[in-house]
Amino acid sequence: MSTTNQTPTPNPVATDMDKAPSLWERFKDSHVWHSFTRDRVAQLSLTIFMGYVIMALFAPVIAPFDPYDPTQIDIMNSELPPSWDEDMGDDQFWLGTDAQGRDLWSTILYGTRISLTIGICAVLLQATIGIIIGLIAGYRGGRVDSILMRFADVQLSFSTMMVAIVVLAVFQASFGTELYQDLAMLMLVLVIGIAEWPQYARTIRASVLAEKKKEYVDAARVMGLGQIRIMFRHILPNTLSPILVISTVQVANAIISEASLSFLGLGMPVSQPSLGSLISSGFEYIFSGTWWITVIPGLVLVVLVLVMNLLGDWLRDVLNPKLYKG
Amino acid sequence: MIAFFIKRLAQAIVVMFVISIISFSIQDNLGDPLREMVGQSVSEAERQQLRDELGLNDPFLVQYGRFVKNALQGDLGTSYFFKEPALDVILAKLPATLELVFGASLIIIFLSVPLGVYSAINPQSLFSKAVMGLSIVGISVPVFLTAIGLIYLFAIELNWMPSYGRGETVDMFWGWESGFFTADGLAHLVLPCVSLASIMLPLFIRLIRAEMMEVLQSEYVKFAWAKGLNPRRIYFLHALKNTMLPVITVGGVQIGTMVAYTILTETVFQWPGMGFLFLEAINRVDTPLIVAYLIVVGAIFVITNTIVDLVYGLVNPTVNLAGKK
Repeated sequence: MSTTNQTPTPNPVATDMDKAPSLWERFKDSHVWHSFTRDRVAQLSLTIFMGYVIMALFAPVIAPFDPYDPTQIDIMNSELPPSWDEDMGDDQFWLGTDAQGRDLWSTILYGTRISLTIGICAVLLQATIGIIIGLIAGYRGGRVDSILMRFADVQLSFSTMMVAIVVLAVFQASFGTELYQDLAMLMLVLVIGIAEWPQYARTIRASVLAEKKKEYVDAARVMGLGQIRIMFRHILPNTLSPILVISTVQVANAIISEASLSFLGLGMPVSQPSLGSLISSGFEYIFSGTWWITVIPGLVLVVLVLVMNLLGDWLRDVLNPKLYKG
Repeated sequence: MIAFFIKRLAQAIVVMFVISIISFSIQDNLGDPLREMVGQSVSEAERQQLRDELGLNDPFLVQYGRFVKNALQGDLGTSYFFKEPALDVILAKLPATLELVFGASLIIIFLSVPLGVYSAINPQSLFSKAVMGLSIVGISVPVFLTAIGLIYLFAIELNWMPSYGRGETVDMFWGWESGFFTADGLAHLVLPCVSLASIMLPLFIRLIRAEMMEVLQSEYVKFAWAKGLNPRRIYFLHALKNTMLPVITVGGVQIGTMVAYTILTETVFQWPGMGFLFLEAINRVDTPLIVAYLIVVGAIFVITNTIVDLVYGLVNPTVNLAGKK
């Protein structure tokens, strides 16, 4: 990586010395792209992930039924097995129906949408808090640094699950279930987002410590640029690769956390199920042989998380940032 | 060493202080103790008088002081539902949860060390690749799904294992009922322990493998090879010792995390432990029980973390004991 960090803007007065290549050309020539064209696992993972994103984005278009619309739900259709099962299923519902008579395929589409949204929003929140704190801790150093990092240590020593369960439980108990269900999505994003910021803060801080000794930072300082400008415009772009690597894994973790919380009944309500609450609602019926309400959303969830983890692993190998260990 | 010890202890106390403040504000804001005591049919004047008598109108700090004083004496209030001291209710369930964590830790230790070491020594072998591949799948499966999968396969389809509860237990000392000494109790332990272990196992295999590979590159291992030592001696005596150092720290933190995950496994397996109790307490808005759980689990976290840090400081001579830069 060059020591300057301004993105090359195409120069209108083209000198024949160096014509700045476009962003796409630079990307095609990069290490990342080369390794991607060779790695079958990464290609497959990205394809599947894009499939999920399309499913989530266009859920209302793809889904044959609207699971939120009570007029389209008939309780008589409840617990129908998938139509390809030997037992009698209904051709209308190729993945069967859940205990309330909702088409499982439509519900899964909407559930994926909710799970992905919560995962991504929570990670955006984590990243924002973590980046700001990590930059300040790393750049300012000294007492600010040690206080912030102590804080991060303590927060990390309590697992995210624990913090999230306690906070959500207390809110549910004090709001009452009705109000809580309306706010569930927001609460999940806030709790998962706030509980995991130290992951980002530590990673960013470690890279900032390495970057801040470099000459371009000295140069910027000599030029009299403000601290905030140096931190965000000069140092931050150079810490992007570790951010990218942990973000993939963090989204996967956030989706797992969301599913686990919903499974405990602390997350999305059954009327607006995420993948986790769908699995949870199916679990009550698994002993009577109604396996599909649990197993199919479970598989959808595992594959989603798996491809994200595989992508994260691949990115880590390619970008090879020095991640903060421990 | 003493400076390090005091520093750690001070941090532990600060954290416990924060936990106590959080617990107290929950107790203060969640539910109305008066309604639990006297019901709805008492006039407003009597209510006010009772509030004064109970000290509910005192300033926050006074109430908090009383809360801490009682807590230090082991009095965390009376559970609304069980009508017993909340701490006793929690502690009665503690053995079940600890046995779960203990069983899972055994599985993790006895599987992760050999698998991690093997895949570090033979990184190219097919078996190592299979282990690494499976470990990333393992990370991707949420613990409650593992638990459901195990129940579905081994309890419903194959009918080999019981699907819920602790089974037969034996009375030990101090009311500790153990499931480790009866065949039935052990059978009930298997599935919950395996699913609890399944979250941490991939993490530890990967950690041990990574650390071991790093250690195997180091000078002193090369020197040991040059001396012509027995490979087994090099791997398991020289290299493994240094591999385990970071594993201890992570392990300590993860014990706390496992206590959190017991909430999930206990819910799936209807395991009568603290986590299951906690979820029930939330559904019943049983505030004293919620608070007692928070304090007990918070204490477990703080104690394990402090002990691990101290042990690490003792074991690893390079650790910066006095915190000097």
